[in-house]
Amino acid sequence: MTREETPGVRDIAVVAFAQTDVLRTTDELSEVEMLMPVLHSVLDRTGLKTADIGFTCSGSCDYLAGRAFSFTLALDGVGAWPPISESHVETDGAWALYEAWTKLLTGDADTALVYSYGKSSPGSLRDVLTRQLDPYYVAPLWPDSVALAALQAQALIDAGEADESALASIGTRSRRVATLNSHAQLRGTVAQGDYAVRPLRTGDCPPVGDGAAAVILAAGERARELCSRPAWIRGIDHRVEAHSLGVRDLTDSPSTRLAAERAGAFERPVDTAELHAPFSAQEIVLRKALRLDDSVRVNLSGGALAANPMMAAGLIRIGEAAARIHRGESDRALAHATSGPCLQQNLVAVLEGDAR
Amino acid sequence: MSKEPVAVVGIGQTKHVAARRDVSIAGLVREAARRALDDAELTWADVDAVVIGKAPDFFEGVMMPELYLADALGAVGKPMLRVHTAGSVGGSTALVAAGLVAARVHGTVLTLAFEKQSESNAMWGLSLPVPFQQPLLAGAGGFFAPHVRAYMRRSGAPDTVGSLVAYKDRRNALKNPYAHLHEHDITLEKVQASPMLWDPIRYSETCPSSDGACAMVLTDRAGAARAPRPPAWMLGGAMRSEPTLFAGKDAVSPQAGKDCAADVYRQAGIGDPRRDIDAVEMYVPFSWYEPMWLENLGFADEGEGWKLTEAGVTELDGELPVNMSGGVLSTNPIGASGMIRFAEAALQVRGQAGEHQVERAHRVLGHAYGGGSQFFSMWLVGDRPPES
Repeated sequence: MTREETPGVRDIAVVAFAQTDVLRTTDELSEVEMLMPVLHSVLDRTGLKTADIGFTCSGSCDYLAGRAFSFTLALDGVGAWPPISESHVETDGAWALYEAWTKLLTGDADTALVYSYGKSSPGSLRDVLTRQLDPYYVAPLWPDSVALAALQAQALIDAGEADESALASIGTRSRRVATLNSHAQLRGTVAQGDYAVRPLRTGDCPPVGDGAAAVILAAGERARELCSRPAWIRGIDHRVEAHSLGVRDLTDSPSTRLAAERAGAFERPVDTAELHAPFSAQEIVLRKALRLDDSVRVNLSGGALAANPMMAAGLIRIGEAAARIHRGESDRALAHATSGPCLQQNLVAVLEGDAR
Repeated sequence: MSKEPVAVVGIGQTKHVAARRDVSIAGLVREAARRALDDAELTWADVDAVVIGKAPDFFEGVMMPELYLADALGAVGKPMLRVHTAGSVGGSTALVAAGLVAARVHGTVLTLAFEKQSESNAMWGLSLPVPFQQPLLAGAGGFFAPHVRAYMRRSGAPDTVGSLVAYKDRRNALKNPYAHLHEHDITLEKVQASPMLWDPIRYSETCPSSDGACAMVLTDRAGAARAPRPPAWMLGGAMRSEPTLFAGKDAVSPQAGKDCAADVYRQAGIGDPRRDIDAVEMYVPFSWYEPMWLENLGFADEGEGWKLTEAGVTELDGELPVNMSGGVLSTNPIGASGMIRFAEAALQVRGQAGEHQVERAHRVLGHAYGGGSQFFSMWLVGDRPPES
């Protein structure tokens, strides 16, 4: 929903963002150890301490670590003593940010710490992600995440909306611009590679990696105290689609379009967009749903094709968009996060800096 | 700035049982959701958003099951948010849903929590492997038994108190058609004679493993005005977390629980919980947690909680009834257990609790906790809207 729809609600902004380098393996680090530097970094940027934070919310998924209640230990990194007001979503941290945003809207808190993390390295990610499919009819067949994305890519090609070279150019561009992003996992020239699952080549697929991210939100004047140019959340919304691929048009993303409408993305043009498109074909689907033309700078961070830490990649999109506003490189940015197979669930946030 | 008042206008549960082999996970959650919508006399189209919670995905072996459940819960085209805060998740899920209404993001929200324990093995799910953590290969009972011992030593409670709680809760469950355990031949002697599992916790003082779901329809003031039956009004709600393991932790009466209750009481204008609150649905998976939480929640001074239990204060017809529904001791679909506490509190103030209804239920507390007594979520509901 957009801020304009409900008069009198408070302005809420992203005031700080931090992320780890995304690495193929982090065997020597526990989740807590991976997370702690990011938490320190994001707090340092505002001068806040854990005890100053009004609400904390995190996003992660037990299945990546391969154990139940994985997130309970990550809380140790926050330093939750004395006890804190805290919650957790079992999905990408972008949804944790959404929950924190609603908490700040109620006035129950003025600041929020949002963090998320994922270590894909302990298991085989393609296999692990099959466990999020319909457990009775689909998951027993073990269709992996790349195979499902390949179905989507092929549908796009069959519809005449892309060809393999168009897909390849997306991966190439993403990794070229990622040379400016020291946190990205794949940077510079990367071979398009062999077919992973036809028509997707390895260059069309995201790297598998471990990483974490954190964001601080603040309301109203508190945001101005903590950040010289806050990234105001003008609207944020998320929508889910049917799970079954057979009842969806994989060449379109109506949930993204609806979330963008509800977030006010189409009211004025954006200058920057950070899209969570783990597979090259998905960027084409998202650009169409979000009506992004060539005037918009898309994924200057390199996007998910350069670094895709599970459960953090969506939050990183919001963080990257906000950081551009903080630095004065954008005035109005769109950030997108996705969850589920073939873009099943999508979140869109619209961020703005104060007029200059 | 003001918050929108939040009302509970629909409540639905499944009949909780050891194994619902007749339905899929989708069928289970839809049954509870359908009943909550029927109670509110609303349709799927009236729901603006869905907030769903459950305890670890490993309990059913489905990663992020909300994705698969989107269709079954009428969530397609809507926002759907998934919450996970360990055993407190049912309560936290309701609070996140309430937050959407309070923030005026949505007018009417369906919230639901479930567990279908028969599809997996919770004992395994709760036994974290080395090297990630110290081995607790005895499920939840093995973790909590030492804390019960510590409570008994600290308070001087006689070792008969735990069985009194179990006997009471199992009798209360007989009056609740949705409760899992209906032990018609229950006697105090049978509880006391049941095998010792994790000393001092006996078999009959532990919760069952249940399949079940619980759903609520939460709405704003305008929605409440249209409701066909009396709403329950949220007067206060809070979550608190602390680390599971550290030297300063009081595992018998965690600070996070005290702080959480204090926040709820502050919001609701409760000065003396013993006087101002009429009944409590608290998360008691092992019987001794009733006297322990009575103290943690401020209903008794430290070391005195067991005296309320022993004196019959917490009986269905006592001065402060606790777990009128039969509680977690009689019904434990883990992810849903917290929401059942919240929902049963709301049923009481709506006067809809049937045979286990208590008189004078104007303000009732719903309580949930999770992890190693690490996560807490609570709400206080009343039969009248908040004053501010």
